Amino acid sequence: MNQQGRPTRPTGGNAISTQNGHGMAEPLIFEQGQEERCGVDLPPIPKFRERLSGLRREGAIGLPGLSEPQVVRHYTRLSQMNFSIDGNFYPLGSCTMKHNPRLNEKLARLPGLADLHPLQPVSTVQGALELIDLLAYWLKTLTGMPAVAMPQAAGAHGEFCGMAAIKAALAARGETRTKVLAPESAHGTNPATAAALGFVVETLPANAEGRVDLDVFKAKLGPDVAAIMLTNPNTCGLFERDMIEIAEAVHAVGAYFYCDGANFNAIVGRIRPADLGVDAMHINLHKTFSTPHGGGGPGAGPVVLSEELARFAPLPYVVRDDKGFSLVEHAKDAKESIGRLKGFHGQMGMFIRALAYMLSHGADGLWQVSGDAVLNANYILASLKDVMTASYAGPCMHEALFDDRFLKDTGVTTLDFAKALLDEGFHPMTMYFPLVVHGAMLIEPTETESRETLDGFIAVMRNLAEQAQSGNVELFHEAPRQTPLRRLDETLAARRPVLKWTKGQPK
Amino acid sequence: MRYLPLTDADRRLMLERIGVNSVDDLFVDVPASARLPGPLPTLPKHLAEFEVERIIGGLAAKNLSAGACPSFLGAGAYRHHVPASVDQLLLRGEFLTSYTPYQPEVSQGTLQSLFEFQTQVALLTGMEVANASMYDGATACAEAVMMANRITRRGNALVSGGLHPHYREVIQTMADSTGFAVQALPPTISPVEEIAENIDQETACVVVQNPDFFGRLHDFSALAEICQSNGALLVVVVTEVVSLGLIKPPGAMGADIVVAEGQGIGNALGFGGPHVGLFACKEKYVRQMPGRLCGQTVDADGRRGYVLTLSTREQHIRREKATSNICTNSGLCALAFTIHLSLLGEEGLTRLAELNHAMASTFADMIAQVPGCRVLNESFFNEFTVELPFPAAALVDKMAKVPILAGVPASRLYPDNPELENLLLVAVTELNQIQEMETFVQLLKVWL
Repeated sequence: MNQQGRPTRPTGGNAISTQNGHGMAEPLIFEQGQEERCGVDLPPIPKFRERLSGLRREGAIGLPGLSEPQVVRHYTRLSQMNFSIDGNFYPLGSCTMKHNPRLNEKLARLPGLADLHPLQPVSTVQGALELIDLLAYWLKTLTGMPAVAMPQAAGAHGEFCGMAAIKAALAARGETRTKVLAPESAHGTNPATAAALGFVVETLPANAEGRVDLDVFKAKLGPDVAAIMLTNPNTCGLFERDMIEIAEAVHAVGAYFYCDGANFNAIVGRIRPADLGVDAMHINLHKTFSTPHGGGGPGAGPVVLSEELARFAPLPYVVRDDKGFSLVEHAKDAKESIGRLKGFHGQMGMFIRALAYMLSHGADGLWQVSGDAVLNANYILASLKDVMTASYAGPCMHEALFDDRFLKDTGVTTLDFAKALLDEGFHPMTMYFPLVVHGAMLIEPTETESRETLDGFIAVMRNLAEQAQSGNVELFHEAPRQTPLRRLDETLAARRPVLKWTKGQPK
Repeated sequence: MRYLPLTDADRRLMLERIGVNSVDDLFVDVPASARLPGPLPTLPKHLAEFEVERIIGGLAAKNLSAGACPSFLGAGAYRHHVPASVDQLLLRGEFLTSYTPYQPEVSQGTLQSLFEFQTQVALLTGMEVANASMYDGATACAEAVMMANRITRRGNALVSGGLHPHYREVIQTMADSTGFAVQALPPTISPVEEIAENIDQETACVVVQNPDFFGRLHDFSALAEICQSNGALLVVVVTEVVSLGLIKPPGAMGADIVVAEGQGIGNALGFGGPHVGLFACKEKYVRQMPGRLCGQTVDADGRRGYVLTLSTREQHIRREKATSNICTNSGLCALAFTIHLSLLGEEGLTRLAELNHAMASTFADMIAQVPGCRVLNESFFNEFTVELPFPAAALVDKMAKVPILAGVPASRLYPDNPELENLLLVAVTELNQIQEMETFVQLLKVWL
């Protein structure tokens, strides 16, 4: 990579403006303001008696002033520098980048749902509470679990909820257990969550088939183990065949089975985690149930719980009696609850979208969702395994895992390969995760891609693999060339962090 | 099924290439006992778009939306006007349907807007650095406490009674689950809280709120000095972010960490979520921060660009040694905040804040004229506490039938606290009108 910032391709050309034609250089909003401009109009301020007790802000905040058209253009131009699932195939493994239906957006904006204050009298929000209850019914039915905790804001937040409930259940039994077992291939959030709760994380190695090594697992199992945290299908895109045996062994020593439900999309509507022996599992509504990722959030992470763990569920939760729906909000009414995990009641906006998604698909549609997701992934695996190195024999579940053995001695890395894919108009697969194979490339197509799209992607991947093997290294090392910016210097960013704009800062 | 492009012909062809007979054969690794024979019979079948609209629209119709009647609810969520252009821009698929910007070459839109967000948050709070958002104000607050524990290597949080009870409860949950101590002072209507007296050598941080839960304003400058001399950090919480347009920011008072609920700018009430947590601190603590950070750099051609940076704090790199387990945050809500604040700018935000204060001040004066009612606040921004001669919940229920959403009874958040039973939190924003206030006051006079 060019660390000196020396141009490696012609810039500017003959353009008269400094805008680089239709190129995407866009100044920061702070570099565009004028003091007199404003993008909102407000009515006159009535005469009033000031009650600020001398705490009025002194001096300017430093915000730029822009009119509405300037702001709209700025953020439209910024948006055009983004890759999106709307724009093209986004096979980012472990992230489930599926189509986000616009019906869901429309419904989430209904004033009767979006314009509700969380602390309105419950008599005025019966429909909202019913919606949460209905979504909970779907989640419980799809997982076969008796209870679900709704408030958590994301997958990692759900993990915390489930593991805190497990810790509370152990405490209620008068036990302190110190260890949590998690596979080497686990999402980083699993060990981070377990450690936050004070557990020591013991890593489980994968066997030659990419699954939990049962012998090692059993050897590590003992009375000091609180829980196992296992993703299933796992992050290699494989179903843990021995899951029931693992669950039984975990339960036999009095420990709990926490399932990371990030990959629920592979099995939704076909396999119920309850039938596999799960005690707790979070569900990323922003993955399986298609609430939009929004450039990094917001999400929602409801957690389904076993009967035994249900009494430790966080506050608040919805209950129903003959007078209608109400909220249990206080510890005095739920003595064993682990307590409150966030402000108010949960990610209502995500609940609406997820419910709209579920109602649209129905049981038959969800059956087809998991089937098509798995079919698409296997189609990619079958179509690429002769030119790339598949890490494990198929069939896979909803994602196909390759490693970099096919790039050995080519001078091309997984990163280079991903960047070359950008020039072909596709978003790269997940790189270097899971950690159990070298130079991992994890491809998750999802069920919302057509065969034509997959064929186009497959053709590009085959071609790139051939280019790498035939020594066309430059194609990769120079990539990407077609993107708004080329490779960015991440070392510089970390070594001299510039985390905000400051006045007079060079552009 | 409108969202699923594969046809039966596609499936046949694909199965043939894979070399299996049916999709079921791909699930061969799943124990047979766990495979359902077909779609779950206890769930309905797929529906047309208009059928889904009918069901969810029906649920929406059962609610009284805050916009359909006068509403004076606050207590951590505020109903402000969001310009139409904000939502139109959020709906652009490039923002809505992109992932976390892990491939910076094709994510500059998200990254640059995050850089702008971080700058705005730092400016508003008066702090040196801000991160790329947390789930909400309450979780950001708990993360601030845990960050203070890491920095000071102590494990005792001293929490003001003026902190929003949800925030205090989230801190308590994290304390119970992860193992640190919380000393929470009781909520009090007395204007003076003896917080400094409770600081000792075990205190990792002091958590205070401005305006506090009852709406009162505080200058924490002296407290900041006491914290510093005792080796404790001062965490200042702001639940109504619009107040920062008018009020001295926590950074100017000497706060070490500032967390805020950003919902009031750019985001709907949404029945409480998703909202957006703001997190800012002194630069020297940046490596102990939770969550994502976006930083400036250059690309291979020397052009300015942005990347996620200092990720060695985060779970996907550091795993069990991460500063937090947070991954997904509130990206799109942060974008809404950034766009709305860009529209407001310096002039718009200061005028909006002034207007909120003016309207609230007007209403407080009107209520203070009602015999039997007492406005407890000497100072406030756009929310104040009224003491009624009877339980506030009773008034709220009566008003809801009008319908008027009269405010939040303190008892909703502090049940079984007789001292607070008659207290009503009343919030006023630019969306409230004088005639609503007059109706409210007339009813109050009749019912008192």
